[in-house]
Amino acid sequence: MKIVKMKRENLSSFLEAISREAELWAPVKKGVDTHAFQVVKDFSEIDLNYTRTILPPRKILVPSRFNMFQATKTEYTPDFSHVSNKIIFGIHPCDISGLLTMDKFYSYAIEDPYYLESRKKAMILGHSCWPDEHCLCKSTNTHIVEEGYDLFFTDLKDFYLVWIGSTQGDDLIRLVPDLFEGEIADQDIQRFMQWREDRDKAYSSEINFVAMADLMELRYNDPVWAKLGEACLACGSCTNVCPTCNCYNVEDRPVLGAEHSNISRCWDACTLENYSGVAGGENFREKRADRLKLWYTHKLQAYISKYGKPACVGCGRCIATCPVDINIKTVSDSLDGANPDAFWNRLSQEVTK
Amino acid sequence: MNGTQKATKSDNPFLPEPARIVRTYPLTEDVNFFQIRIADMEKALGFSYQTGQFAMMTVLGAGEAPFSISSTPSRPGLLEFCIRKAGTVTNALFNLKENDLVGLRGPYGTGFPVDKMQGKDIIIVMGGLGAAPLRSVLLYCLDNRDQFGRVILLHGAKRPAEMLFLEEQLELKGRDDLECHLTVDSDDTGQWTEGTGVVTTLFPKLEGIDPENTFGLVCGPPIMYKFVLQEFLKLDIPKDQILMTLERRMKCGVGKCGHCAIDYIYTCLDGPVFSYWDVIHMRELI
Repeated sequence: MKIVKMKRENLSSFLEAISREAELWAPVKKGVDTHAFQVVKDFSEIDLNYTRTILPPRKILVPSRFNMFQATKTEYTPDFSHVSNKIIFGIHPCDISGLLTMDKFYSYAIEDPYYLESRKKAMILGHSCWPDEHCLCKSTNTHIVEEGYDLFFTDLKDFYLVWIGSTQGDDLIRLVPDLFEGEIADQDIQRFMQWREDRDKAYSSEINFVAMADLMELRYNDPVWAKLGEACLACGSCTNVCPTCNCYNVEDRPVLGAEHSNISRCWDACTLENYSGVAGGENFREKRADRLKLWYTHKLQAYISKYGKPACVGCGRCIATCPVDINIKTVSDSLDGANPDAFWNRLSQEVTK
Repeated sequence: MNGTQKATKSDNPFLPEPARIVRTYPLTEDVNFFQIRIADMEKALGFSYQTGQFAMMTVLGAGEAPFSISSTPSRPGLLEFCIRKAGTVTNALFNLKENDLVGLRGPYGTGFPVDKMQGKDIIIVMGGLGAAPLRSVLLYCLDNRDQFGRVILLHGAKRPAEMLFLEEQLELKGRDDLECHLTVDSDDTGQWTEGTGVVTTLFPKLEGIDPENTFGLVCGPPIMYKFVLQEFLKLDIPKDQILMTLERRMKCGVGKCGHCAIDYIYTCLDGPVFSYWDVIHMRELI
């Protein structure tokens, strides 16, 4: 894989050039310490000094609601209006891993054109990051990615090292070749190696990720699940923010004043109460504990059998988001015995505060 | 992007095919029978499926839902469904008349392994709406009668008025190549001449079962599986020859929407037909 160098001050010229090619999405500051991917016209809005966006970038490819068909009784016309040429700039390694997981999922057995068409037209321009206390990507081995991007920018203060991951990525560089340098000096290499070493040391949080598949099995009937179920609010936030959650519902709504219906797809969450409910009243997972168990089994164990590795990419969003502290860290710590009451402790502390 | 995805917009697995209700009539108070034909005649004849598979049906403006196919692939062209009025889609479906259009796509899921079942004795145990998928395999066995050994049907319902395909099965009782036993939990008509009691009370009627040479099939309300499976095991039928078809919520039929997930499988891709062996290995199955 070719690596080139770009001076920091060249970034906006580069973005200027590529934004003429496709819709540019990038992280933008939304609150005190919250960020979101959005379409950027004014590059000064871009804030690359972020840890994680509220929602993962899959929202760009499969929006929370989009139309699948415009349908009349005699004709179902597929609607791909959510698909367009996009450049997603500033994605971190964990989220790139999330997209790679989604790629496998949506291609498995029967291919889903609503995701894959969208994915084909999106260019991924990754960006390096620095961990906070919730980042677990070193445990999940997704802190560095070697595939899944067209370009990847590693921020080394006054310059970037830029990995070219695809011919399309190379084409972007060729739009403005003068902004890049092919020669990388020894001191630049040393700076990069130092950065890697420092970043590896900056991780303060870890989970026993490798053991999780077995622990899910061994502790299937552990009382911890009932306790988690008791605390869970069944709000669906953990699934909404997870980069590898894909569940959806389908809604068929007649369009007022028209002859057709819009058949649309919208995000769903397996932690919501009626997720496994069928017509007639039967609900196969009425208990919150059962639904949480499904979520964690699916992420940490079930994915392995079909896709070769678990689905957690260590982004820390469930940790930052769950209002009652049920997340990959506390569940892992509870299951592996490191801290059997991990989630419960913090919850009771916060309630008594 | 990287990767080698092949899906294209023209190859859309979610695209329903307009289909016409040829005939519909009530089977019981809340269950109707539907004969449906895909409007495009070539596609109607080309719709090849296996017994035990299901299709997704759209009632425009109401939504899409999965339904077991009740007809047999040995009689192509016309698809039959046995549907209870239970939710949004089925309520809208019950308002449709003959010749009205619905959307149809499929078939989906695993079917009964009729090739492996060849030459074997077949015990089919149905209860309630379990008759919907099992009627398909029953008719298949009868249409290919020389390919199977004994064919035994055990059918239970709450009341005579709730027994699906009652007339059809009373007629089948006249055949000497089918052992057909019907039962109701309670007879509120005073005119019921078949058995009384839950479906498992029919098992003592079975004589001379050669377990190694027998497939046991079951479908019914969730409560029924445990008891019928025990009966099959008591008969010493091998675990991989005990088959069942299961219901779960399905919104896509192709393993993408997630709703029918159990452990590492999706009911729509890896089921709905499972063996007792699967039940042992997947805790949430029944």
